[in-house]
Order: sequence, then structure tokens, then C-alpha cells
Amino acid sequence: MDFELSSEQSMLKDGVDRFMAQRYSQDARGRFMAEPEGWSRDNWRQFADMGLLGVGFDEALGGFGGSMVDTMIVTEAFGQGLVVEPYIGSAVLAGGILRHSEFAGREDIVADFVQGARILALAHEEEGARYLLSHVSTTARQVGDRYVLDGRKVNVIAGDSADILFVTARVSGSVRDEKGISIFAVPKDHPGVTIEPYLGIDGSRHAAITFAAAEIPATAVIGQPGHGFAIVERAIGDGIAAVCGEAVGLMDAMLKTVVEYLKTRNQFGGPLGRFQALQHRAADMYVATEQARSMAIYAAMMTSDANDLERRRAMSFAKVQIGKSLHFVGQQAVQLSGGIGVTDEYIVGQQFKRSTALERQFGDVDHHLSLIDHLDRRR
Amino acid sequence: MDLSYTPAELEFREEVRAFIRDNLPESIRAKAGLSANYHGQDVRTWHRILNDRGWAASHWPVEYGGPGWSAVQRYIFMEELLQAPAPEPLSFNINMVGPVIYTFGSAEQKAHFLPKIRSLDYWFCQGFSEPGAGSDLASLRTAAVRDGDDYVINGQKIWTSTAHEADWMFCLARTDATAKKQEGISFILIDMATPGITVRPIITIDGEHHTNEVFFDNVRVPVTNRVGEENKGWDYAKFLLGNERTGIARVGLSKGRLQRARRLAELSEALDGKLSDDPFFRRRCIELEIELKALEITALRIIDRQRKRNDGKPDPASSILKLRGAETQQFSAELVAEVAGPLGLAQTHGGHVPWQEFDEADLTAVLGAVPNYFYSRAATIYGGASEIQKNIISKAILGL
Ligand SMILES: Cc1cc2nc3c(=O)[nH]c(=O)nc-3n(C[C@H](O)[C@H](O)[C@H](O)COP(=O)(O)OP(=O)(O)OC[C@H]3O[C@@H](n4cnc5c(N)ncnc54)[C@H](O)[C@@H]3O)c2cc1C
Repeated sequence: MDFELSSEQSMLKDGVDRFMAQRYSQDARGRFMAEPEGWSRDNWRQFADMGLLGVGFDEALGGFGGSMVDTMIVTEAFGQGLVVEPYIGSAVLAGGILRHSEFAGREDIVADFVQGARILALAHEEEGARYLLSHVSTTARQVGDRYVLDGRKVNVIAGDSADILFVTARVSGSVRDEKGISIFAVPKDHPGVTIEPYLGIDGSRHAAITFAAAEIPATAVIGQPGHGFAIVERAIGDGIAAVCGEAVGLMDAMLKTVVEYLKTRNQFGGPLGRFQALQHRAADMYVATEQARSMAIYAAMMTSDANDLERRRAMSFAKVQIGKSLHFVGQQAVQLSGGIGVTDEYIVGQQFKRSTALERQFGDVDHHLSLIDHLDRRR
Repeated sequence: MDLSYTPAELEFREEVRAFIRDNLPESIRAKAGLSANYHGQDVRTWHRILNDRGWAASHWPVEYGGPGWSAVQRYIFMEELLQAPAPEPLSFNINMVGPVIYTFGSAEQKAHFLPKIRSLDYWFCQGFSEPGAGSDLASLRTAAVRDGDDYVINGQKIWTSTAHEADWMFCLARTDATAKKQEGISFILIDMATPGITVRPIITIDGEHHTNEVFFDNVRVPVTNRVGEENKGWDYAKFLLGNERTGIARVGLSKGRLQRARRLAELSEALDGKLSDDPFFRRRCIELEIELKALEITALRIIDRQRKRNDGKPDPASSILKLRGAETQQFSAELVAEVAGPLGLAQTHGGHVPWQEFDEADLTAVLGAVPNYFYSRAATIYGGASEIQKNIISKAILGL
């Protein structure tokens, strides 16, 4: 058992922390969000220069051989500073499709991605899916050597920036079946594809993407036709682990802001921090954050577990704990800040919005509790 | 002991329901799902409809235009409004400044202000909190210095909700800088059109403009606008805050949200079928229902006790209502937001709405769910934060 970071991992962490300290003030973040795509291409180039875009890929694939722990080091630092660049959406989710599948041309895409030359996105969620991963109503009809895609995807992170979209569509079965889902690599500006960007409540950028008789060559299918679910499930599993890291960073930041506030805000003739009721609340926030950190580590370790049932169960375990901790820490960060905590401008308000989005990303607490129960009944 | 309403009370409830059904403009009803607060014009319109019926000032004495209702009737009226849902009569006017004026004001003040407060010809805002005086309100520093027949006011208020709509402010200002904290404060009515007042918006996390900062730069206010005695404002403020706290369980609001959560759950997928069939979700709804029932009975018990004591003093037990009422408002807002799920995470401000599969009412509910949840977090902060209510309960009731 060893919870220490390796020396390479410590260097990675120092590098990202330094980048965040130098580049990511709250004001700077506002400027990044005001850019045309809702995030900064310049930052993305720096991610490439620092090697952050390659940490998720094996050396054999052209990456830097990183484990999920490395990815988590990055997302944790990003969570502290509320990074708006689509790192998880592009490097972890869409990157996960590359990691967990094999197809011709994969190495080239990874090589371009690692250098920052291409943005990738996963177009999987649909409006009616809620959190059900196998819900795919977008259809792919085979006509000769092509597929014709019809349907609509939502919540696509970096959807309007991506050079390549990995799109899930159904080749057989009914809407909720795990079987019968294929993944297609669709290049940007493809005929029959309409992209509408919109903003999330936390200011993050998403897109809804409509496919209207979009013709895709059969060579664009990733992996075995009809067997895409297993790949998507692995990619989302990686996404959950990465989000756990981000959430822990975010909770650290919220706790830090609140503790500072309790030390400096004077009411009734002294700092608020001298009231035991508030000391205990802050202590509970700390405990919730540490419990979440443990489960984030667990998630990172379990992403590579080959046993599907165990791995999926572990991801849901982690997401439940993270969701509960985010809920408590986020709400209390607002409460202990008093009125300023519910303003749009103050950092705690921004953090609370992000924590609410992270609570729900890839499924909320109730969803994952039910999912665990389902998996357990299957064992 | 009898928990049921009398036949007369039930009849009254029907009368209120029918009035709301027949008179609440549809445009106002439709907004209820989206925003935590109604727009100023909606409040004005509905408040005046109620006033024309004689119902705007439900707990005022009849001589000042109250309808002469019992405490239970007032409770029924408020709950029916909230559940409709319809805007409440403007609380700053009806629950806060009106009772201070008819209890402590001069004959001239009563004659001039009360009819206009009741009819909402004057919209009042509450200028209590300051940057340095939140929970510790008595440390406020805005100064009112006597100059002939005027006070000259300098300082700053913050969190002044609806100041951008208001015609008047009731303000706490320090009239004796040398006295002990609570003893040098006066309660002053300020015309918002007076030169030297600047109102600056504060946007809250739901993206709305509910509240403001207000700055006073040599603002001259006639001394006749002071309510009650000079330097006795703290007593009036305590009286006001006690009134603010009763009638704030707002059970009806949470009931309405519970209905909305159940409705949206019928449209939402869960692992097995619809979310509305999910036992876990159903239990959460039932739990909230139980909480609301308990709160409702607690509210009625406190009302009943106040009626029997009949000394007009606020009951420290009303802190239970503020505490639990605010929390259940939050639970219910949270439940709707959780049902809305990933679709609740799209922003409605300044943008295009990506969802296509709902009718207008359900879409409004989905898109309003998360902003409402965000703003609901303020309910345990304003009007005396939860921690302060617990301090009151532990000190004033438990003697700790
Ligand atoms: C949306 C909104 C609308 C508002 N509208 C108005 C308005 O119209 N007019 C007006 O005058 N004011 C208004 N307020 C102000 C409101 O009354 C104050 O925010 C409230 O009194 C808390 O003060 P504060 O924000 O300075 O927080 P602080 O007093 O700094 O409190 C911060 C935290 O410390 C806790 N705390 C403070 N003291 C203690 C203690 N002794 N023991 C334990 N915990 C403690 C608080 O409970 C809170 O959690 C509004 C506030 C909000 C958020």
C-alpha cells in the first residue's frame, strides 16, 4: 500500500499548480469564458506544451504512459481554479474512446491530439436519457458501404470546437439496450450535422448536435459494429474518475475560501471563526472532503480493473460519495459565507454552481445508488 | 384538541381558492415555475387586485384596512396564495413597515402612509443590513445627523431587496454615535427619490436582480419621517423582525414544488421505467410530505398559542418556523432540481434553450428548477440566518 505520488507525478502536480497560480485568477477565467468558444485556445496550447494532453495515453499510442492517477492530478488542480477548458470532455471522455478501442488511424488521432492540433468530443447523451448510459435513440441505418445517421445529441462538451466527434448511434435493438450501439468518428463540418452551442448554468460550454440523414462511411465505425456500449462505458468510467479529481480540488478550494472568511469576517465584536457552531461545520466540510478524496483515489485505481461488474460498481461507489460530499460542502460554503455566498460574482457562488453541475455529471447520487443495487442483483 | 378546520374555515378556504382562480392573471401564474421571485409589475398588479377585495393586509387591524380575519383564516389565505401559486402581498409593506407605523407611528404618519402602504402606491424596501452589519445588525454605521428640521444621512446599505422597484425605504440609522450599540439607532422612512441616493444592483446566483447596494451621500430627510422616538429604533426593529418571522413557514410554496417534482418525474427516465415509479424517489417525496405536515401543524400550534396569549409579542418559537420553513423550502427546491437532472443544467439567461421534448409549462419548470434551487439557498441566510435562529431557540427557549 502506498499513497505517495512518484517523483514524476510530483513534478506533474507542481507544473499544473504553477500554471494555475500564474494563469488562472478569477478575472482571467472570466476573460477565457468570454472568448468565442467559451474557453482559451492559448491555454490549450500550453496544456500541450506541458504534456497534459498526453497523460492519459500509453507510450505505445504516442502518449506519456500516464495512469488515471496522473489524469486526476491534473483535474484536481483544474477543479481548484474552476478551469473552463474542455479537458475532461476532450482528453478523458473522447480520449477514452481512443484508449478503449482499436481502429485504423487511431495512433494518428492520438498524436495530433497530444500536440494540441485537434480537439475531440464525445457525442453520446440524449435529451430523453437522463442518466441512463445505454439510452441511444439516434439511429444508424446501413445503406451499402455507408451509414445514415438520424437523431440528436446534447450536453456535448466541446461539441462546437471539435475537429472529430465520436458519435454513438443505434444499429439494432431498442432505445435502452446495451447491445446494438455503434460509435462513429464524424469529422467537423460534415453534411447533415448541425451544431448548436449553449451554456450550462456554471458557464461551461456545451452543444446540441443534430444528425439529419448524415451519411458516414462504414470505415468510420470504431470497434465492432453494435458493440460500442462497452467502449463508451469505459470512457465514462474514466470520466467519472476525472470528475472525482476535479470535485476534490473544488472542495479544497471552497473549504479554503470559507475558512479564510471565518477568520476575517467580524460580527459581534470578533471573527466568526470563534463560534463553535461554525467551527464544527467547517470541520464537517473537511471530513466530507477527505472522504471524497479517498473515493477519488479508489475510482482512479479501479478504472483499469478488467472485471466489468467490479469496475462499474466502484465507479458508482465513488460517484455516490463525491456527490454527497459536493452537496454538503457546496451548500455549507454558501451558508457560511452569508449573503455574499449567493451572489453571482463572488467565487463561492461560482464554485457552488460548478459543484452542482459536477454532482449531476454522469449521474447523481440516487442514480448511482440504484445502479449499484442493479449490478449487485446481477452478481 | 381538534386538528380539522371548522366548516366555516373550510368555506373560507373555498372562497379564497375561487377568488384566486377567477382573478389571478394567467401570465403571473405561468411565471411561478421559472423564477424564484415575480417581477415588480406582477407583484403590483396582484397586490392591487387583493387590495381592491380588501385582502392585501390580512393581519392589520380593521381600523387600518385589515379584513378582520382570525389567525387561522390568515394562515389559510397565505397557504392558498402560495400553493396557487400567486405572489404574496408585498411583505415589506404588509408584514414589516405597516405594523411598525400603526403601532409606533404618529397620527399623521398613520393617516398618510398606511393607505398608500396597503394599496402599494408606496413600495417599501428594507434598509437594515450593511457591509459590516449582517447577523450583527446592531453594529450598523449609517449615520443620521440632525440639521434643523432634517436628518442628513450618510452611509451604505447592502442586500436591499427590491430597492430598484421601491418608492420608499424604511431604514435603520445611527442618531447617537456615543450611545451603546443598540441604543443610538432610529427608524426612518426615506423617499427613494431624494437626491444623494444611489442604488446599485447585485446579481444573485440565479442570474436575477433581486437585491441591491444603496449609498447615501448627504441625503436630507425631514425629522417628521422618523417613526417613534429618536434612538429607540432598535425596539421597533426587533418588533418588525419578530413579525417577519411569523407566517414564513410557507408550507404552500413547498407543497407546490412537490407537485412539480412529481409531475416532472412522470416525464423522466430512471433505471426501471419512469422516475415517478422509482421507490427511492417516491419515498423522498413522501418524506417531504411528512415534513410539511409536521411544519403545518407546528405553524398552527404557534398561531393558536399566540392568539391565546394575545400580548402582541413575538413568540421565540416562531424561530422554529423560520428555521424549518426555510429548510423545507430548500428541500423542495432541491427535489425539483434533482428531478430536472441533466436538463436542468442548461442556462436560461441570454441564450438559446436546447430542449425540444417538453410543452411550455414543463419546459418552464425544468429550466427554472436549478436557478430556484440556487436562490433557495438564500432562505437560510436572510431574515435571520439559521444559525441565529438556533441561537435564539437555545437561549430564549432552552435557557442555555
Ligand atoms: C437574497 C438576500 C436578500 C436580502 N434582503 C435584505 C433586505 O431586503 N434588507 C436587509 O436589510 N437585508 C437583507 N438581506 C441581508 C440578510 O439579512 C443578511 O445577509 C443576514 O443577516 C446575514 O448577514 P451576512 O450576510 O452579513 O452574513 P454574516 O453575518 O457574515 O454571517 C455569515 C455566516 O455566519 C453565521 N453566523 C453569524 N453570526 C453567528 C453566530 N453568532 N453564531 C453562529 N453563526 C453565526 C451566519 O449564520 C452565516 O452562516 C438579504 C440577504 C440575502 C442573501
